[in-house]
Amino acid sequence: METVRTQDIGINDLNWKIEYNQERCTMCGSCVASCTFNAIEPTMSRRSITVSKGAQPDPKHKQITIPVIKQKASLTEACVGCGMCEKVCPNNAIRPVRNGDTRKTLLSRDNGPIKRGGRTNLNAQRTFDSIIVGRISQMTDPSLDSQRHTFDIRAPFGRVLSPHELPFNLKNGKLSLAKKTPPVNWIYPLIFSDMSIGALSTRAWESVAMATAYLNEKCGLPVRMSSGEGGMPVKLMESESLQYMILQIASGHFGWNRIIQAMPKMKVDPAGVLIKIGQGAKPGDGGLLPAAKVAEHVQAIRGVPKATLSSPPNHQGLYSIEESVQKMHLSLNAAFGFRVPVAIKCAASATSVSVYNNLLRDPYKICGGFFLDGIQGGTGAANEISLDHTGHPVVSKLRECYLAAVKQGLQGQIPLYAGGGIGMTGNAAADAFKMICLGANGVFCGKLLIQLLGCVGNEQGRCNSCNTGKCPTGICTQDPRLVKRLDVDRGAQKIVDYVLAFDQELRKLMAPIGNSSLPVGRSDALVSTDKAIADKLGIQYVC
Amino acid sequence: MCRIGSIKSKVPVHPSKALHLMLPQQEGHDNSGFAMVMQDLYGIFSNYKDKPLLSLACTQRGAELVEDFMDSHNFVQLAEWIPVPNKQPGLDIQAMPYYIFRNYDYPEHYNEKTQTERETLLLDIRLALRKLLEDQGEGFVYSFWPDVLTLKEIGDPRDIATYFRLWDDNGCLVAKSIVAQCRQNTNYDIVRYAAHPFFLQGYTLCANGENTFYTKNKEFQKSLHHGYIGFESDSQNFLYTLHYVLHELKWPIEYYKHVITPLPFAEIEAREDKEVLQAIRQSLAHLEINGPNTIIAVLPSGEMITCCDSKKLRPVVVGGDDTVIAISSEVCGLNEILPNRDMSKDIYPNEREVVVINNDLEVQRWKQ
Repeated sequence: METVRTQDIGINDLNWKIEYNQERCTMCGSCVASCTFNAIEPTMSRRSITVSKGAQPDPKHKQITIPVIKQKASLTEACVGCGMCEKVCPNNAIRPVRNGDTRKTLLSRDNGPIKRGGRTNLNAQRTFDSIIVGRISQMTDPSLDSQRHTFDIRAPFGRVLSPHELPFNLKNGKLSLAKKTPPVNWIYPLIFSDMSIGALSTRAWESVAMATAYLNEKCGLPVRMSSGEGGMPVKLMESESLQYMILQIASGHFGWNRIIQAMPKMKVDPAGVLIKIGQGAKPGDGGLLPAAKVAEHVQAIRGVPKATLSSPPNHQGLYSIEESVQKMHLSLNAAFGFRVPVAIKCAASATSVSVYNNLLRDPYKICGGFFLDGIQGGTGAANEISLDHTGHPVVSKLRECYLAAVKQGLQGQIPLYAGGGIGMTGNAAADAFKMICLGANGVFCGKLLIQLLGCVGNEQGRCNSCNTGKCPTGICTQDPRLVKRLDVDRGAQKIVDYVLAFDQELRKLMAPIGNSSLPVGRSDALVSTDKAIADKLGIQYVC
Repeated sequence: MCRIGSIKSKVPVHPSKALHLMLPQQEGHDNSGFAMVMQDLYGIFSNYKDKPLLSLACTQRGAELVEDFMDSHNFVQLAEWIPVPNKQPGLDIQAMPYYIFRNYDYPEHYNEKTQTERETLLLDIRLALRKLLEDQGEGFVYSFWPDVLTLKEIGDPRDIATYFRLWDDNGCLVAKSIVAQCRQNTNYDIVRYAAHPFFLQGYTLCANGENTFYTKNKEFQKSLHHGYIGFESDSQNFLYTLHYVLHELKWPIEYYKHVITPLPFAEIEAREDKEVLQAIRQSLAHLEINGPNTIIAVLPSGEMITCCDSKKLRPVVVGGDDTVIAISSEVCGLNEILPNRDMSKDIYPNEREVVVINNDLEVQRWKQ
């Protein structure tokens, strides 16, 4: 007889239950070895069975003890549904199954707030999916041919001047520039966004960097990658490939010691600098790298001891937007001789339009891009309460920022980039295209990239254990044993293939609306099947 | 689909010439209207070439409103031509009661003003008249500018011509430059203001086709100049950009094409003037035109130009002789009015080309 103890944790209290078929299991041990969360263990199980071994039926009742795989009833070693056991099992004997009766969220605060990675699981609603590219060119205004016509798919990154501010000299009927204008790079409208070495394993980060270089050098697509807050390998900074990288500076300033030291040895300029003020997944909260992930090489790059690295929520010393422009933008612009555009990334917020207005009106003309990060952005580690309950959807906020600029005739001067949930359903090109029609110059995405590398996390609470150092795919961990699971080359290839398809899909959306260059702000190309969304975004409602 | 045409001549020509240019192309338009801008006027307007000419279609009440307004703003009427219509039964025309073409002298205190101040005054007066007539539903004012006459009407172009007696060349209504087209807006409501050609401060423009960047053009242009109004047609965007580039930014005409159909980035990169072209492309990104289209424009200098979209999805042809050069959507129009020209010299501009005809009928063509 067993005694029921009410406070004991049972398997049914957990988010995932392991479905195990003992008859198929050969006890090879692969599942146990692959489970990074220690959620399953081999154990002995006593069975009361009737067996018949002879040629003639000779049933005998026996008590036997057999080895089995068993799920642990533990909150700290709970199954996260990553499915590595299922992936590795040669006999389909085991798999995790979602448990509808879970009590885990309720019970998991014994050691403080719940932390996890991934995207918000609560506000994963999809505005994009009720928006359709509904203005199709037909008859007198023909659609273009997505395969035969040429398309100019580029986005500005840098501060664009008003036409009347262009410092042109007119001589003999020819215009020439009388003085330097702010640097503007025309890049591919999809930016690989800021995931640091630390949040990602060095190998995963390298895989994204390899894909970036390949897309630039072999495919002719000037895709740019943001380093994330955490610095870069010195060798990369001293190589030509630096031109594809956007250096991020966040409130912890991690990695900038090395960047500054590497400056004299840089052969080329980086593509840009991105000042991270806020992050959509956890707005008002700084970066967080749990000690479990601060491996030796991460300590070296960042110049820190092994400890949990909590970036402050704000850049210390800044207390206003004006000051941010004067201090950070100017000093970072100056650091690279005013040759490298400096942009800013903020979490989407009810106040985003005010921030954008301030930047648009800054007299120095020094902000080279406004990155707006929505609530559906991913993160390597955050408090769950931030992930699920703070933030702002990016679609309407991007639109409001664009329209605020339109109202002042300043559209396009500070390029708008939107991120946070782009490609959440796997269709990034459609999301990007709709965002561009609403006024974005381009989009950025991060979570999508690691999902292409093999990350299995999702918005329905699967895995999302990026913060634990136990990432079962070797992507968000610094454990060398786990990192070996990741094939860097195959991962990079997956990203390259996806971006090439993304490019073709963008053409497939541009061609029907008759545009050969990006339809930035062409909201008339969109319709919505949701009246409230149509009204909010100022597009046609259709049914 | 629309058809457009224009004539530039060393000797003054009559509007019937423009009608003969357009009518062979009628399979391509729907005969729903006729509109033209005549510039460099002779005949009855010969003596007033430097005096602003008001082109107006209105009711009697509208005419009174305009007279009162002009009086109160110290404009002195110098001459007037009010066509006497042929109101024969059965004509397909939705005529307004009055068509008034009237020369004014500037207010006395404008004698000492600069050209720019005079140009601003003429624009502001036209906009004020437009508002006055629009608010009360009493008419339409199309242009108010020296040496420029605009006529726009709804109906069959042949019948409109009959109504205004445009078939009879009595020498009173002639010009060295005429831009014309023969239909009303088909995309949106039929509004007289939506019919091209459009005119603004010396710039005339007629477009055939679509501008699929209408929304982004419009949103940007609204903030650029108080004269950029209406937007009844996506073709007005072409005019406003032409005006903005040449009149406001004061850039040479060579740069207009770089604004409306910028070169692809790869081609810009290979050019010597890449810094300028990139700066133009990024700062005027919202004035880029997409979609199939061809334009004909007349500049304040009298030069007539044509160019088309970056994929050449709409055709245009330029042809003529020593005395007359015409631009037409279809060559059949040229064949009708210039049957004896050397057709081997006809120009079919390509997608990167601009053709300019100057006042001596010298034709320049260049690639952007």
